[in-house]
Amino acid sequence: MFNPQLNTEGNLKHLLTIEGLPKRILNQILDTAETFVGVAERDIKKVPLLRGKTVCNIFFENSTRTRTTFEIAAKRLSADVINLNVGTSSQSKGETILDTVDNLIAMHADMFVVRHAQSGAAHFIAQHVPDGISVINAGDGRHAHPTQGLLDVFTVRKYKPDLHNLRVALVGDVLHSRVARSEIHALTSLGVPEVRVIAPKTLLPVDVEKLGVHVFHDMKAGLKDVDVIMMLRLQNERMSGALLPSAQEYFKTFGLTQKTLNYAKPDAIVLHPGPMNRGVEIDSSVADGSQSVILPQVTYGIAVRMAVMALLGSGYPSSLQAAGGQPSQTGQPSVGGGNGVNSNTGGSA
Amino acid sequence: MKIHIKNGHLIDPKNKIDAKHDVFIVAGKIAGIGNMPDGFVANQTIDATGLIVAPGLVDLSVRLREPGSDYQATLNSELLAAVAGGVTSLACPPDTNPVLDEPGLVEMLKHRAKLLNLAHVYPLGALTRQLEGKLLTEMYALTQAGCVGFSQADTTITDTQVLWRAFEYAATFGYTLFLRAEDYYLAKNGVAHDGEIASRLGLKGIPAAAEALSIASILRIAQETKTRIHLCRLSTAEGVDLVRQAKKQGVQVTADVSAQHCHLTDMDIGYFNTHANLKPPLRSNRDKAALCQGLKDGIIDAICSDHTPVNDDAKLLPFAEAEAGATGLELLLPLALKWAMDNKTTLFDAIAKITSQPASILGISGGDLSLHADADVCIFNPQTEWKVNAIQLKSKGKNTPFLGLDMTGKVEYTFLHGQIIYAQV
Amino acid sequence: MTLPNPETLLADISAQIKMQIESLGAANCALVGIHSGGVWLMDSLLKSLKSEIGLAIESGTLDAAMYRDDYNQRGLKAEPKPANISFDITDKHIILIDDIFYTGRTTRAAMNELFDYGRPASITLAVLINRGGAELPIAPNICGANVALTANQSLQLSIDTKNKLHLTLEAANV
Repeated sequence: MFNPQLNTEGNLKHLLTIEGLPKRILNQILDTAETFVGVAERDIKKVPLLRGKTVCNIFFENSTRTRTTFEIAAKRLSADVINLNVGTSSQSKGETILDTVDNLIAMHADMFVVRHAQSGAAHFIAQHVPDGISVINAGDGRHAHPTQGLLDVFTVRKYKPDLHNLRVALVGDVLHSRVARSEIHALTSLGVPEVRVIAPKTLLPVDVEKLGVHVFHDMKAGLKDVDVIMMLRLQNERMSGALLPSAQEYFKTFGLTQKTLNYAKPDAIVLHPGPMNRGVEIDSSVADGSQSVILPQVTYGIAVRMAVMALLGSGYPSSLQAAGGQPSQTGQPSVGGGNGVNSNTGGSA
Repeated sequence: MKIHIKNGHLIDPKNKIDAKHDVFIVAGKIAGIGNMPDGFVANQTIDATGLIVAPGLVDLSVRLREPGSDYQATLNSELLAAVAGGVTSLACPPDTNPVLDEPGLVEMLKHRAKLLNLAHVYPLGALTRQLEGKLLTEMYALTQAGCVGFSQADTTITDTQVLWRAFEYAATFGYTLFLRAEDYYLAKNGVAHDGEIASRLGLKGIPAAAEALSIASILRIAQETKTRIHLCRLSTAEGVDLVRQAKKQGVQVTADVSAQHCHLTDMDIGYFNTHANLKPPLRSNRDKAALCQGLKDGIIDAICSDHTPVNDDAKLLPFAEAEAGATGLELLLPLALKWAMDNKTTLFDAIAKITSQPASILGISGGDLSLHADADVCIFNPQTEWKVNAIQLKSKGKNTPFLGLDMTGKVEYTFLHGQIIYAQV
Repeated sequence: MTLPNPETLLADISAQIKMQIESLGAANCALVGIHSGGVWLMDSLLKSLKSEIGLAIESGTLDAAMYRDDYNQRGLKAEPKPANISFDITDKHIILIDDIFYTGRTTRAAMNELFDYGRPASITLAVLINRGGAELPIAPNICGANVALTANQSLQLSIDTKNKLHLTLEAANV
């Protein structure tokens, strides 16, 4: 089936969702992110890749936090960044999404980072931008938040490199969570053998098992022998009503405390996409505890977003097919330097 | 004016005719089938060799967008689309702006349609004022003005007391109620079938049970109040089962399905294709199969286009914000033919579902070619292959999930009152 | 065409680099290898420095992918390697090591990357082979051999499981 995220050569053109992306692309993004981790630790925290390019953050739904991480990522790649909080401006004046996008295209933006409250908004925009402009989904409704999913598996890979030998549990509001969907697709696509979801029935989508997860309704059974715990945020407006009786009851039944954490493996790590509701989905002692990798997630998030932008930002497909450079020290001689990958005409040294 | 349609294959389900017969028209009426009337000298002869001659099609649900939404479509544009699709009689739901809840509006619509002289327009009046589900409309006066039944269009009456009384009042006069069954609360804000696809795409779902629950209460009240009910746009397997049981128990109920739902499922949403945003939502493959089988078994009586022209702007939005509906008048015939083909049933069956059966549900004359009946005729080539493309559609609405797909079967001539009102160029 | 033996060339440039290090003082010098060939050469050099003269010297690696001037034409490399420069390069004499010198563009990219880590005292470029064809005013300071090649030829360095170096000449897939 036609995949709107890939170009005719099978390389990444837009990043809209993790679902349907080939494993080689996911690994390429994660491997590229590794090279960007160090950039933040240098004297000059900038590389010139996107010099002269304009990245436009269009946020139809407000999120200072996510917008900031994309902004930092773009700036570390030397791009110019325009932030547009459309939720508070033109949309309320009756301008349509396409009007907004067309205006930014006319201003020669090269890349759009889009957040919208409706599922499918990023796909919709991607369908309407001309060739050469890339769209990155920064969260669309309940559908997808691919860079969050990627940064989460990046973090997992840092602490538990053998993804083929992991048991991962997602805890909380899967129904309304784009993060959960992206995490599930990222984990299953990269070969994690067992992904679980733990939630009350009111917070699980219909047929969630068909996404490739095992369903649990209690923390003790669900967290047993788990290596990685991915907590999901519970939105304020959903804490009491017909989905859940109260935040207190939710914490008692599905909150991650030191006690429930002990059901998992002793070296299990805990992730949370933030912002956290302490005392609702997670206890402070766990969030700030030794098994928490919540702050590293934020750091890696920038590297992962830089990688995605760098792969998309040349306006030209990154050539995977030319991958001649096998890892060194293998049986047959491996190729290096000289006229290796991507340097056929540019040459070496 | 005397017209001789010769060498065609006549299919007239009401009269159980499925054979090669010439048709003779005199002064707008059918004057002879097979046998030339005495003294007949044709002013015009149509050679229908290789073509099917059928009654003008009858469509149970066509939104003409007048009054109120003429930026989307006009009476003229949509009636031209109707006759291009071979449709000569159509019922239109009351969800116009203003709502068809006053006799004056109905008279105006009938009058305007009559002046255009393209297809017969049969309005369905609003069952409650403003379709709000609270106060009954003047059903008697609306019937006098030209309504052939009453409907809530895509809204539901959530108050069961009001629903019960509306049934009782309609039953007093023997009116038919055209209701789309959907539990209001379960369907609220939903835009897709509540299943794997909606879960993957993060779209708010409408469970199949929303239809079943509503059908169950409608049928129960209909049984109690002896009201004649037509269930519009069935979409679920469970819905078909409930109608099957009700028919067995002798409840006065009929049902239809949209041509879209005979062929598409929630898979066709693909990457958020807003043309597949429909009401009711496209459902699972199992549901689609049950709908097709239900049609074949006669549990579902008719196929309609559920024609809903939507302008581009209202579709150029994220999926859930886009306006629901598909243009369909010009696709009704080929999609009905395709249903027959896919489900190994006859052309005769397909024609019945879009002529005699819907006419009988509406209680109107039309949908047949009986002697002395109005000569509303559709002549089509069942073999012609064509591609759905926005420019060629006569309807102002270019919104259909079938855009770019191949259809088989195309109308060559449409007659209203014995006059050619459409001929394929 | 007979290609020179890369092991001989390596021994040759190693000797020159050692001289350079000895004249500047090991503590003031650092080696930086460019992925992948330059890193293989550097690793071998580091080993011999340590075994022969017991000399330990700061070293690092980079691949300069983020500084290349053909990004807009070719995008990022498919298999990027993280840079690893964990020492302070400010005021150090940097010996930059690559396998084959061609247009000079990789050297430019590598130098730009180095300057984002700090201000070195000097940079010396050491390569195994200069194949000719420089497009920038850049030339190696230390060079094992000059081998004149045309644009439709591609010279590549590889390494086998026994850490033995090989040179191969192919038609360039331009």
